[in-house]
Amino acid sequence: MVDSRTLPEDRSEAGFGDYKPALGPAQALAEANRCLYCADAPCVQKCPTGIDIPEFIRKISTGNLKGSARTILDANIFGMSCARVCPVEVLCVGGCVYNEMDAPPIAIGRLQRYATDAALAADWRYFEAGPDSGRSVGLIGGGPASLAAAHELRRRGHACTIYDAGKWLGGLNTTGVAPYKLRADDALAEVAYVLGIGGIAVESGVQVGRDVTWDALLARHDALFIGVGLGADRTLDIPGKELGGIDGAVAFIEKFKLGRVDLAGVQRAIVVGGGNTAVDAVRELVGLGVPEVTMLYRGDEAAMSGYEHEWKAAKIEGVRSLWHTQPTAYVGRDGRVAGLRCVKLGADKRPLPGEGFEVPAELVLLAIGQARLGELVAGLGGVQLEGGRLLVDADGATGNPRVFAGGDCANGGKEVVNAVAEGKRAALAIDRALTTGASK
Amino acid sequence: MAFGTSVDLTSNTGGIVTPNPFWLASAPPANSGAQIMRAFDAGWGGAVWKTLGTPIQNVSSRFGALHFKGTRAIGFNNIELITDRPLEVNFREIAEVKKRYPKHGVIVSLMVETRDEWRDMIKRAIDAGADGLELNFGCPHGMCERGMGSAVGQEPALNEKITSWAVEFSTVPVLVKLTPNVDEINPHGLAAKRGGAHGVSLINTIKSLIGIDIDRFVPEPRVSGLSTNGGYCGAAVKPIAMHMIGSLARDPDFGLPISGIGGVANWRDAVEFILLGCSSVQVCTEVMLRGYRVVGDMIEGLTEYMRSHGFSTIEEMRGKAVPQFSEWGELDLNYETVAKIDPGKCIGCHACVVACHDGAHQCIHPAPKEAGTRVPVVDESECVGCNLCQIVCPVPDCITMAAVDNGFKPATWNEFVSEGKPLRPKKGAH
Repeated sequence: MVDSRTLPEDRSEAGFGDYKPALGPAQALAEANRCLYCADAPCVQKCPTGIDIPEFIRKISTGNLKGSARTILDANIFGMSCARVCPVEVLCVGGCVYNEMDAPPIAIGRLQRYATDAALAADWRYFEAGPDSGRSVGLIGGGPASLAAAHELRRRGHACTIYDAGKWLGGLNTTGVAPYKLRADDALAEVAYVLGIGGIAVESGVQVGRDVTWDALLARHDALFIGVGLGADRTLDIPGKELGGIDGAVAFIEKFKLGRVDLAGVQRAIVVGGGNTAVDAVRELVGLGVPEVTMLYRGDEAAMSGYEHEWKAAKIEGVRSLWHTQPTAYVGRDGRVAGLRCVKLGADKRPLPGEGFEVPAELVLLAIGQARLGELVAGLGGVQLEGGRLLVDADGATGNPRVFAGGDCANGGKEVVNAVAEGKRAALAIDRALTTGASK
Repeated sequence: MAFGTSVDLTSNTGGIVTPNPFWLASAPPANSGAQIMRAFDAGWGGAVWKTLGTPIQNVSSRFGALHFKGTRAIGFNNIELITDRPLEVNFREIAEVKKRYPKHGVIVSLMVETRDEWRDMIKRAIDAGADGLELNFGCPHGMCERGMGSAVGQEPALNEKITSWAVEFSTVPVLVKLTPNVDEINPHGLAAKRGGAHGVSLINTIKSLIGIDIDRFVPEPRVSGLSTNGGYCGAAVKPIAMHMIGSLARDPDFGLPISGIGGVANWRDAVEFILLGCSSVQVCTEVMLRGYRVVGDMIEGLTEYMRSHGFSTIEEMRGKAVPQFSEWGELDLNYETVAKIDPGKCIGCHACVVACHDGAHQCIHPAPKEAGTRVPVVDESECVGCNLCQIVCPVPDCITMAAVDNGFKPATWNEFVSEGKPLRPKKGAH
């Protein structure tokens, strides 16, 4: 489903403002005019989708806003959401040559948002479906990887059907992105814009293995693209895990993005983990009004995989931290979690001797990774797993010549922009395969 | 692509037809075949080959720029001369470019002295495949001292004579490139017309001195311990170019096609030049500063402008602004505007207050203290509608100039003088 009007209006994420607010016309023009219009620009080299950043910025400065958005969307049809959710500090903006002269780098993400917001608001359409090729591709999973692949395949005339297990399309853009970056209604509006190219059938609530077999899909389509993302949150197998008030971070985020969560009794919350999901979760809990939020991680600040700039923002927002700490049991009261029993870890990550200690919390979120694909691809000949990920080459090809993959299920969990790039790259490879003779 | 499909950018300048109106001007970006082919690949519709003549020796350095408040090179200046490459190399490359890009326009700029030299050069250029010729009567430095360039362009009789030779010898259209280093452009455009030119291109560069090295006491660009005057170009010269182009475009005796040059840096500039009567535009400085790639936005921006304004060809939009470019004596003296400040947009910088007090008619004042706002107040009874406040205001659309109905019927100075039409009372004249 992509109609954002069917989302509940009182969902908890609706209360969040933009962490990086939209630029107005005067701000956008001033910022665009600062751009040095580099050649072989480092910002472009840092963009997984290779958007011609100096060109789209120049078009803002000349008043060619429609063309600016075209430059962006031609390279990355998810340019609107990527403008908001990309970790630009380590991608394009991190590459800006102004950093080399200790001057503020260009606010590329905000300029990209300026152009793409205008395009979506005015419904500027740039891309048409190619002439019907008579070929058909099935895409499993309805997130950015599959949608980007489908859009690219439609530009080349191939029929597309997306099979998504959930209710809403858009993958983590819709269900998982921090609401101070992107809210679900905007994510769904973008999905509708992408589907606007036409000819992409959507079958929601369909799970491969349960509702349809791989053999049936292979019989139905000339090629398949797998973009199913990652599985459910991992859990901690420690005493007390049945208590209320314990949730996976990804599951919790989805709940408050698409509906309402009641945090009335929560004074203290703990997020276990040190990755980007953990950093998002602590900031979100602060935004939802939890007075005391703590990130609990078995390593330390230097070892955490969450982005430094995000963690810095979290600290400014008042998030606390417990480093070198590992939970050993949940503490319960009246069937709900009341705290975590923990031990300190040494440099070798082994528990230090001693009694341990207790940290009170009425909510515990687990951001310690998501389940990898297990049985999903069983029975799909030639497709191999490596460390829980689908094994693909640089074009997204699996060991089965008719099956391609991209996004988190193949890269282990990266950014939206990586998913889009991989989806598009796989689409080009599928197109080559379909037009050079591979068939069912 | 969904947009722009109904727009045809084909340009025809006196018989020189190119796929779009964007040409490289005769200058360093059009110095060689390899460069021009790369430019065509980037989207340029035509190129005026860097002026051919007896190859010269250049100096170093050659360029200077005017930087203004952190913006680099709003104006540009050069003391480079015509081609320094052997003529046979140039002609061989022209032939190669035309062979590989038959639909693009290659216009060869020429500058020689005697009738025989003109005959010889024109023949060789046409034999190489030139789609048109451009007579360089404009260069204001180095060549004019040798009796060429602007020395010709400043002398209508000479201009007419050499133009007539070129037209006599040429089988392809001849454009005359005019110098702006004259008091009025029209006699020079008309001289080219009398000589039989198929069109004109203007402006060439403006005689200039771009700056002084204040530690060495030497003007720029510095050649060892000396410098000399150069040719000024770039974004800053656009108003001068547009005035001269407009003067010719609205001259009923002129009527030749115009290839516009001077400060064209983006699609919007090109739109303005075309609205002012140009059939094509030539670009040098913006390409020198940022590369051939700028043409992508120029094509896209022009296409979208045409589509959104309902123009399907260049010819449909060409000259649309010319009838509205008139004489002071024809302006309506009874038309009255006053400044309106949008209090919702005003940021309280008082740039308009100081500009009005010191540079205009003292009619914008800070709000009284008790009003508790920094939004200034316009005394409309004193406002002459000069526009200065709107120009200095940093906020888009914050200050607008609103027309006032003062009850007076339109009356121009000419009508006042000839018919005694009543004029409204003067404002701010006390």
